[in-house]
Amino acid sequence: MKEYDSLVIGGGPAGVTAALYLLRSGMTVAFTEMLSPGGQLLMTEEIENYPGFPKGIKGYELADLLAAHLEGYHYDKYMDTVKTIEHSPKGNKVLIGDEWVLARTIIICSGAKYKKLGLPNEERLIGRGISYCALCDGNFFRGQTVGVVGGGNSALEESLYLSKLVKKLHLIHRRDDFRATKCVQEKVCIIPDIDIIRSSVVTAIHGDDNLTGVTVKNTKTGDENFLALDGLFIFVGYEPVKEFYPAGLKTDNSGFIITDTEMVTNMPGIFAAGDCRSKNCRQVATAVGDGATAANSAFHYLETN
Amino acid sequence: MAVQVTDSNFEAEILKSNIPALVDFWAPWCGPCRAMGPVIDELAAEFEGKVRIAKMNVDENPATPSKYGIRAIPTIILFKNGEVVEQITGAVSKSSIKDMISQKALG
Repeated sequence: MKEYDSLVIGGGPAGVTAALYLLRSGMTVAFTEMLSPGGQLLMTEEIENYPGFPKGIKGYELADLLAAHLEGYHYDKYMDTVKTIEHSPKGNKVLIGDEWVLARTIIICSGAKYKKLGLPNEERLIGRGISYCALCDGNFFRGQTVGVVGGGNSALEESLYLSKLVKKLHLIHRRDDFRATKCVQEKVCIIPDIDIIRSSVVTAIHGDDNLTGVTVKNTKTGDENFLALDGLFIFVGYEPVKEFYPAGLKTDNSGFIITDTEMVTNMPGIFAAGDCRSKNCRQVATAVGDGATAANSAFHYLETN
Repeated sequence: MAVQVTDSNFEAEILKSNIPALVDFWAPWCGPCRAMGPVIDELAAEFEGKVRIAKMNVDENPATPSKYGIRAIPTIILFKNGEVVEQITGAVSKSSIKDMISQKALG
């Protein structure tokens, strides 16, 4: 069985930064990412708020640059998912794909994934009208009518992107006010092809082979209406990727890992960084900071244990 | 490396393949597709001679994706004797694709 000072789980900004700092302090490192590095950066068209890129940068370009920063360092990369972590004070046995490894410390940077609405037909119609990525699938709905569900930054930014492609966009939001930042809201409100349906929720998804529409319910009046759609894009928030968390790891009610300000969890030798951590601000900038802090904590833990 | 197929050679390379074939429908502007790229290439090496692993750029080849009703990418379709036996939409792990291949194509 291979043995490492540290195992970094996840190849988004937090994981890449943690790996970089560990490698630079001379630790032996294994790094797991089931896809290519970048995480949610790869789902983002433009990053406008990461310092150092005043003109903005494409999500995939930043992802490539992050990955390039690890070139030249020696570490083991596993392109697979972590299935189990067996924790003991002496170290951790971890099953990656079908291989067991030993890790004295673990930094969990597994990030978050989009939430589903949880309605019947949703799963079945993914790829048949339902999508969670405007950047990927917007092109298939050129000149058509689509719905967007949500009121946060993702929902509004993706609506802006989609509005350039589609004929008509219905933005369905359960509240009156949007959570998205002001500058994004202002852009959305002036586009005539975006029809904003406030205080409303999707209660049913319709379609046999392909999506045909949704039932929208006004939460104030209780009225329900059928809305014919070619596509439905769902952006109702994120949940942590947590299937492999070791038993006993302390999380908040939504499953995000609770740490102190040094990224230390309740389990000795296990640290967490980035979007999988319980916190309020989930940004590339905060993920990078978490990653560096977690690596520093892991380094000190290894020195003293 | 996975082989790139086109609308014009799709029938010969995939539908008339003498072994099962897996096609990854992707586009250069799609982040999750870029994320899947290296996974597909690793699978191509692992299943060489047993399953033909291919990629199709949906921007350059609109006919085939439209024929299979593809409205989201990445979409991975597994073919056996010219028929669709399984379809996955969205970026997924290498092990889940391997499981699909062993159950539906080689099982």
